[in-house]
Amino acid sequence: MAVVSTPATLERALPAMDDAEVLRIRNDFPVLNQLVNGQPLVYLDSGATSQNPLSVIEAEQEFYEQRNAAVHRGAHHLAVEATEVFEDARQTVADFVGADYSEVIWTSNATEGLNLLSYAFSNAGMWAAQGRGDERLRELALNPGDEIVVTEMEHHANLIPWQELAFRTGAALRYIPVDDAGALRMDLAGDIIGPRTKVVAFTHASNVLGVINPVAELVGLARRAGALVVLDACQSAPHLALNIKELDVDFAVFSGHKMLAPTGIGVLYGKQELLDILPPFLTGGSMITTVTMERAEYLPAPQRFEAGTQRISQAVALAAAANYLTETGLDRIHYWESELGQRMVAGLEAIPGIRVLGPAAGQDRIGLAAFDVEGVHAHDVGQFLDSKGIAVRVGHHCAQPLHRRLGLTATTRASAYLYNTTDDVDQFLNAVAGVRAYFRA
Amino acid sequence: MSLDQLYQQIILDHSKARHGSGLAGTAAPDGTSTGQSHQLNPVCGDEVTLRLAVENGKVAQVSWDGAGCSISMASASVLSELAEGMTVEELHQAIDSFREVLRSRGKIPADPEVLGDAAAFEGVARYAARVKCAMISWVAAEDALNQAA
Repeated sequence: MAVVSTPATLERALPAMDDAEVLRIRNDFPVLNQLVNGQPLVYLDSGATSQNPLSVIEAEQEFYEQRNAAVHRGAHHLAVEATEVFEDARQTVADFVGADYSEVIWTSNATEGLNLLSYAFSNAGMWAAQGRGDERLRELALNPGDEIVVTEMEHHANLIPWQELAFRTGAALRYIPVDDAGALRMDLAGDIIGPRTKVVAFTHASNVLGVINPVAELVGLARRAGALVVLDACQSAPHLALNIKELDVDFAVFSGHKMLAPTGIGVLYGKQELLDILPPFLTGGSMITTVTMERAEYLPAPQRFEAGTQRISQAVALAAAANYLTETGLDRIHYWESELGQRMVAGLEAIPGIRVLGPAAGQDRIGLAAFDVEGVHAHDVGQFLDSKGIAVRVGHHCAQPLHRRLGLTATTRASAYLYNTTDDVDQFLNAVAGVRAYFRA
Repeated sequence: MSLDQLYQQIILDHSKARHGSGLAGTAAPDGTSTGQSHQLNPVCGDEVTLRLAVENGKVAQVSWDGAGCSISMASASVLSELAEGMTVEELHQAIDSFREVLRSRGKIPADPEVLGDAAAFEGVARYAARVKCAMISWVAAEDALNQAA
């Protein structure tokens, strides 16, 4: 087995997880206990969406059975209880990522969070132009001549909202390219992030390459340029101990369904002083102080960005998911998944005709690996693996520009989570080893 | 259903030896009326550009370029072999029949009299995620045929 390379801070995290513990964890996930095409399910698609433990499913059910009511309105018993668990959930999730309570804004998912933010920026421009709102909005507004910087490895969710913001404001979109191995060209980043840069948006961990980006270095470049930093934490928040304040980013997003929670809930984090002055995106009920027939005044964050009745049961379930991960230990999960990721890459590299994207075996990566099989389309690879009960993702993984840069249109991706064993990885590797022969490649 | 019923020999054969593949190398015959269609499946990136030449109410030539999975490439290959020599009316019937079978979720069997080797794609109908792979070149052919005829 490959030697696992993990950050030094993780070496203290003992006792390490092992297959025996994972098998116990699996008992908490009913969906994993089934046959697919006559074979025990091997679920290696958690990078797309993760499965729910019983405690999460029960938290949502309990809410509906005992506390369901609209929050922040009504003085009746259920409304008070619902509001309490909803706001407790916010505190739990804030603690989970090292944020303050009122810096956590509920969204449907990370995509909505990034769109919310990009529209808040363009609204800042409109407000500033008309002298509305806080003075500091002028600095947040984007104008022609300003630049937004992203990277070539972004998920479409952290690319297109910025393309559209550039279109609306006249700002230019620039990107930090990746090299042939998929690493960010940090040698170029210092020139790309410059005095014109207003926003730098990048992913913490790539959903295709598995690489963890140098957040501190990028934040440093952004600070030097006076730019704000937006972090896509979709593939990091579920898998490693995240402390947003320590990372010192201005905004961050992640999705609940990738971290053991249901779909329909996610988080936008923002520094309080920024959230309180940014104009809202969605307007309506729950987010106002005074409304006249002519205009409205808005509450500070988080309510400022939570118009309308919220995703209450999903927020409660996300808090249950955060608790499940905390109790297992994020450092232990990170270490275990790193081991699984290394096992995947080392095994894949040993199979003729397989090209793994991103860091080679022995280099840091999260517990996922995307790869190309010479002569076999990813859809066929996925179908072949499915016939053996193995669930993986195929396609461009919402990262077309990255695939184009690497000379590919589609790849196959296996992504692990805390409920995957080394046996899961070995079964996957054995199956991949048979793909090219089956398709006569 | 087993994988082998999806990936029948005919499909695996055609995915390797692609009949009609190579647009640039095959000019449409003189005097024919042509139509060309490009189809893309954004989910997986499968792509087909297909040109169809019609002369005296018959399909004289089918030529295409494509990139995609074995199902989509084999389907384009089988289609181009099948279509050549058909009347415009016969090809329309074949396309309608193929679509009906593929969208039936496996409930309607393929008629080899109408579909020839394309009947091998019957099994794809049980895999909802792959129906578009099999259909992409047929959608392109229908579009091209409407332009040419």
